[in-house]
Amino acid sequence: MKFSPKKQINSVVANLPPSGIRKLFDIASGMDGVISLGIGEPDFITPWHIRNAGIMSLEKGRTQYTSNAGLVELKQEVANYMKRRFDLSYEPNNQVLITVGGSEAIDLAIRAIVEPGDEVLIPIPCFVCYDPITRLAGGVPVLLETKAEDNFKLTPELLKKNVTDKTKALILPFPNNPTGAIMDRKDLEAIAEVLRDTNIMIISDEIYAELTYTDERHVSIAEIDGMYDRTVVINGFSKAYAMTGWRLGFACGHPDVIGPMIKIHQYAIMCAPTTSQYAAIEALRFGDKDIEDMKTEYNYRRKLIVNGFNKMGLDCFEPMGAFYCFPSIKRTGLSSEEFCEKLLLEEKIALVPGVAFGRSGEGHLRVSYAYSVDHIKKALEGVKRFISKYI
Amino acid sequence: MHRILELLENNSNLTPEDIAVMIDKTPEEVREAISQYEKEGVIVGKKTIINWQKADKDLVTAFIEVKCTPQYGRGFDQIAERFYQYEQVKSVYLMSGAYDLALIVEGNSLTEVASFVSGKLAPMDTVISTCTHFVLKKYKDNGVMLETPPKDERQVMAF
Repeated sequence: MKFSPKKQINSVVANLPPSGIRKLFDIASGMDGVISLGIGEPDFITPWHIRNAGIMSLEKGRTQYTSNAGLVELKQEVANYMKRRFDLSYEPNNQVLITVGGSEAIDLAIRAIVEPGDEVLIPIPCFVCYDPITRLAGGVPVLLETKAEDNFKLTPELLKKNVTDKTKALILPFPNNPTGAIMDRKDLEAIAEVLRDTNIMIISDEIYAELTYTDERHVSIAEIDGMYDRTVVINGFSKAYAMTGWRLGFACGHPDVIGPMIKIHQYAIMCAPTTSQYAAIEALRFGDKDIEDMKTEYNYRRKLIVNGFNKMGLDCFEPMGAFYCFPSIKRTGLSSEEFCEKLLLEEKIALVPGVAFGRSGEGHLRVSYAYSVDHIKKALEGVKRFISKYI
Repeated sequence: MHRILELLENNSNLTPEDIAVMIDKTPEEVREAISQYEKEGVIVGKKTIINWQKADKDLVTAFIEVKCTPQYGRGFDQIAERFYQYEQVKSVYLMSGAYDLALIVEGNSLTEVASFVSGKLAPMDTVISTCTHFVLKKYKDNGVMLETPPKDERQVMAF
């Protein structure tokens, strides 16, 4: 008998779909001079004072494990930050967990909550990790298709329609990647109304919380009456402080949820990177101005890019969060994958097809504006030239 | 409206149309504001930042500390004016501390700068002393990193 490692792979893993952008990525990687608006991370590099804090920690020889849940000082700073920026109170000792990026926190929350057969409600289009992680935990992803006419918000009607007695958790990914949609206080109150008399947990992925462009700051659903105990708030340093490569995030929630999450974390990861944790302390203590500066810059670009798409005839609702816009390409008659592939081959411009974020993203493009103004202008010119052939 | 100045200071390629979109004004309003700034001398010019070190052109830059005697009623203004009229003098600042004026002087060679300092600047009757420091290497100029300009090292596409 011939031994086949392939046959030994867990069938859930084997059946996970490959990345929705693999083909485009491969084409783009083989080309020279590609102008990309296709990346989901800041173009800024981590502010120097934060990088320097990481370097100083290395100079002092702080190279060992930290406690599982993270440095006491950092957990305290996270608690201070959550209070200062979002008016949420957490006890650093048992309600804060430092993770390897927001991604690990999402994985831990789902694994700590979901049992085989449990349904997890996932609004789409959304970041690509919730569905596979739910499947890996034996859960059943239930996709809630948000609509362009609702500005890609999750509506209480859509939520209510999909709640069953098997529903275990709702993922709330706002501000949203890829649409740039946000949920304001009123929107969240309507969602809370549906959930209040249920046992449904909320995993609120608020990694873009610092990047909203409305007068009112980002509101967490944990702040809405009756939602605090059932909500795991996930946030991190990647987007707010341009620290993607440091791989550092955190989760805050009820001790009875954070505790079990720490259990998985200690077996799977041990602790988040020590150098990153020291840098993050500096970020939380002295980084509020960095956030404001980067946000101001993103906001300029946001206006420029939304205006650019609308002017060339690709309708683009005004995204009020994150650093993406999500223009509609329905008028071109092309699918989002066709559009992106042709655009790449003909104009060397790389964008991500909306359908890669879930089927209701079809007919749209995800366009990142985490790029310089000159770069954005150049890309817009190319897209305009391209679509003039179709509309 | 300082936002217009901040935007232009960082990127002089922006058109009034771009700026208008970015700050929710009309292009006319932006054009009007810019011409007002120009009239008032708030916007005084546009230049390109060049790293001459990479352009195979030997350019010598010197930073010169000048001690001088202030003049009755005019302080250092007239002396500064006499300095900045020279085209070799790129910048002139009045300083607090151990000396009075700081000059940045550029020339094609060490000798050229040295003879300019000893022949033109030092002999001025109000000048008490000068101290010339030659620049050996420029790392950052006008807020721009010259040696290691930031490069986009991100993936070409990612979620």
